[in-house]
Amino acid sequence: MLDLAYDPPAPKVIQGALHDWELVIGMEVHAQVASKAKLFSGASTQFGAEPNSNVAFVDAGMPGMLPVINEGCVALAVKTGLGLKAQINLVSAFDRKNYFYPDLPQGYQISQLYHPIVGEGEVLVEMGGGLARRVRIERIHLEQDAGKSIHDMDPHMSFVDLNRTGVALMEIVSRPDLRGPDEAAAYVSKLRQILRYLGTCDGNMQNGNLRADVNVSVCRPGDYERYWETQDFAHLGTRCEIKNMNSLRFIQAAIDYEARRQIGILEDGGSVVQETRLYDPDRGETRSMRSKEEAHDYRYFPCPDLLPLEIEQAWVDDIAAAMPELPDAKKARFIAEFGLSDYDAGVLTADVENAAYFEAVAQGRDGKMAANWVINELFGRLKREDHTIAESPVSPAQLGGIVDLIQAGDISGKIAKDLFEIVYAEGGDPAEIVEARGMRQVTDTGAIEAAVDAVIAANPAQVEKARANPKLAGWFVGQVMKATGGKANPKAVNEIVTAKLGL
Amino acid sequence: MSIDLDTARRVAHLARIRVDDDDLPALAGEFNAILGFIEQLGEVDVDGVEPMTGVTPMRLKRREDAVTDGDRQSEILSNAPDAREGFFAVPKVVE
Repeated sequence: MLDLAYDPPAPKVIQGALHDWELVIGMEVHAQVASKAKLFSGASTQFGAEPNSNVAFVDAGMPGMLPVINEGCVALAVKTGLGLKAQINLVSAFDRKNYFYPDLPQGYQISQLYHPIVGEGEVLVEMGGGLARRVRIERIHLEQDAGKSIHDMDPHMSFVDLNRTGVALMEIVSRPDLRGPDEAAAYVSKLRQILRYLGTCDGNMQNGNLRADVNVSVCRPGDYERYWETQDFAHLGTRCEIKNMNSLRFIQAAIDYEARRQIGILEDGGSVVQETRLYDPDRGETRSMRSKEEAHDYRYFPCPDLLPLEIEQAWVDDIAAAMPELPDAKKARFIAEFGLSDYDAGVLTADVENAAYFEAVAQGRDGKMAANWVINELFGRLKREDHTIAESPVSPAQLGGIVDLIQAGDISGKIAKDLFEIVYAEGGDPAEIVEARGMRQVTDTGAIEAAVDAVIAANPAQVEKARANPKLAGWFVGQVMKATGGKANPKAVNEIVTAKLGL
Repeated sequence: MSIDLDTARRVAHLARIRVDDDDLPALAGEFNAILGFIEQLGEVDVDGVEPMTGVTPMRLKRREDAVTDGDRQSEILSNAPDAREGFFAVPKVVE
């Protein structure tokens, strides 16, 4: 693997009324574990089911029901940890976080406050132009999700669906290493990419399967460097936590608003109060969730229903041995193996399914040509029709077939685009379509010469002009291409026109 | 540690247990008696002893990632004071 060197990006600076300010951002990303069953019960995690149908008595908090841990969820958390180059804790333990809310019938969430399953790791967040932020991961712990409350079905009642209650979440906690709204969004995006490569979370933000709590504070230039040297938070400002965001755009807007709000308070001589806030996308502002404050007394204690979770190093090693190739490694390999540009390799590896598609097309063919066809023709077309790669009507074998025909000189690039349209709309084997519809490029020089002769004979005036000004030869090439229905090999036509005109 | 009336009131509130003001002194007294009893454990020297959260010498029981439960909406909702269209219906809780 290529070891790419990056410089850290400059922090975002916001000019206040009095002086400059910098941002400091840390994130808690909640990623739903891609398991079939819940963390402590055998109920399904399927999204969009009939309300309260994916609920076991354990999830409903029925008296006497005991949680039994889903080993698959543990394996996926370990796999995630390994993917973030993190320390795996062979002994971890579960704690109860106590609070009351209608969508949490147990009256507590089972989480891992004191002994998380995954310790310190890191995520490399590329910001383009040779810049990247190395974000330290503090920990990943397993915990239960809560249910869903619907408030708009009745004026006086809230409706509660427990299907999500007890589904396994990984809470991925970063250090305060992000220095701007764009870095924060890029971090979530990179994390999502890695999780999707690993197959440990589907990354569907719209369904809430990946959501982020964002801690934002502001400081004066120089303060962050002092924090970095000492790791003493006293050098940083007081932070506010913006809860539960599931859109990259909102994350950026919320951070920007929140930073400016804090700067306003500080420059007016006030002080920021540490609190939980909610982003309101309609108004574009954050506001205090006062009701959460009182409830913050969670009275954590070790969960008496669960023994410590002990896993064996050999089991972790087995998971490590079966790790898929991760985005950074795949990108570096695409650059080295297929001669792609950094940009193209980035586009093709952004999503694991896209990367697999490209690789199937590129295998044994010209990598750059394959990349061009996948990115410009296929992705362009899919995007216009709002299709995902899985919905592509053109298979990698079909697109590969088109590339083969171009490489063999059987069709020109222009005809290939027509062929792509036919395959996209009608399907079929590209080589057979070319034969059946007479799209094969004419490389037979005799046929091309005849066509060139005919054009020259029909246009004596143009011939005179072209002999005076050789640049006009292009007109003849165009006429010959037209006469052959675009099937003549352009390079051969060029050569023959030049020779026949005596240029 | 000593529990005063305010602390007793707060603990009751966090546990969502209604305690009349008249009953708070007795409740605080009981808390103090229990805590006093437990504080005796503080006299034991536990230097170098691993914290123990369970007394059973066994490995945490686990299960496979397979769907083995659910599809019991009517049973899940059967104790609900109010349920509509498959949901629990509760007095409005909104931020």
